[in-house]
Amino acid sequence: MSKIRNRRKRLDGFQRLLLLLVICLTTLLGTIILTIPENTPGLAGAVARLQERSGVESPVTAVLLNFRGYDTLLEVMVLLLAVIGVWSLAKAPFPQQVTDISPVQMGVVRLLAPLMCLVAAYLIWQGSHLAGGAFQGGAILGAAGVLMLVTELPWLRGIPALPLRIGLVLGPLLFVGVALSCLFLTGNLLGYPEGTAGWLILLIEAACAISVGLTLTSLFAGGRPENEIPDKHHPADHAPNGDRS
Amino acid sequence: MITTLLYSLTGLILFGMGLFTLITHSHPLRKILAVNVMSTGVFLILVATAYIPLGQGEVDPVPHAMVLTGIVVSVSVTALALILACRVQETSNLALLKRKEQAKTTKEVAG
Repeated sequence: MSKIRNRRKRLDGFQRLLLLLVICLTTLLGTIILTIPENTPGLAGAVARLQERSGVESPVTAVLLNFRGYDTLLEVMVLLLAVIGVWSLAKAPFPQQVTDISPVQMGVVRLLAPLMCLVAAYLIWQGSHLAGGAFQGGAILGAAGVLMLVTELPWLRGIPALPLRIGLVLGPLLFVGVALSCLFLTGNLLGYPEGTAGWLILLIEAACAISVGLTLTSLFAGGRPENEIPDKHHPADHAPNGDRS
Repeated sequence: MITTLLYSLTGLILFGMGLFTLITHSHPLRKILAVNVMSTGVFLILVATAYIPLGQGEVDPVPHAMVLTGIVVSVSVTALALILACRVQETSNLALLKRKEQAKTTKEVAG
């Protein structure tokens, strides 16, 4: 206890100056927030006017995947980049040797995982008219994946490396594909042709949700999986899977 | 209006606290947590600002979409930063992750 108390007292000159500066900045930002004019039109009116042409009924989904689809495309790319970065840095400790997992946990996860997949699909479907969408559904899928990882289901070790990677890039690839085909068809990147926007958005959302779920699970696993794609030049490095190329 | 203002100012205080911690603490985990607290504050401000009621409780959806994007990006940034911190701890003898006394001796040895 005394150690903690000593550390609290120790604010040297630099830290005091910094504290003062941070307080000044916070006060400045606070005055800015206080002086934001009320009843500014914002963009709600513009979104509401174009809502019918966007193909979906939920304004947030319309902004995410139609009006500002470019942002979402880049965001999906950021997720993919994060996975690539994590995979290039470390190897996953999952799934490790199966230790004593409580049978209750096993049973609960077995019950919950399909249910969570169902909820995720419902959330993606719901995204067209209410709150929901690719990232909410993907988060549920990711949570299901994390549950399965910590339970160390035995078949997780058998997941081949190639489908995992395909699943990871499915969303970004489909998104880029749709964007480029829209560029050829209508002349605008992500300018969906009239009438097809709803289905295209649903398609993109489904693919992105799968990718986001896999991405979040991979990020939680904290590294690339053990079963690598066998390297043709060094087949000896991957003795267990080396003959599968 | 008062509620919105309360949320905005709470977000602002979170932002300030996070900024202070980010600068003063050298431990990577504290820095990552500080960045997360800061981003939470920014999201809170954005969502609260979007809820300036226009007519009948209409809400500006653009900041909501921005916050959704931001949450996903901050999750991926956190994951990458955690892995980087782990790698720093594993592979370097930089004293970032040790206690202060040990850090001083390591620095002296290195210098």
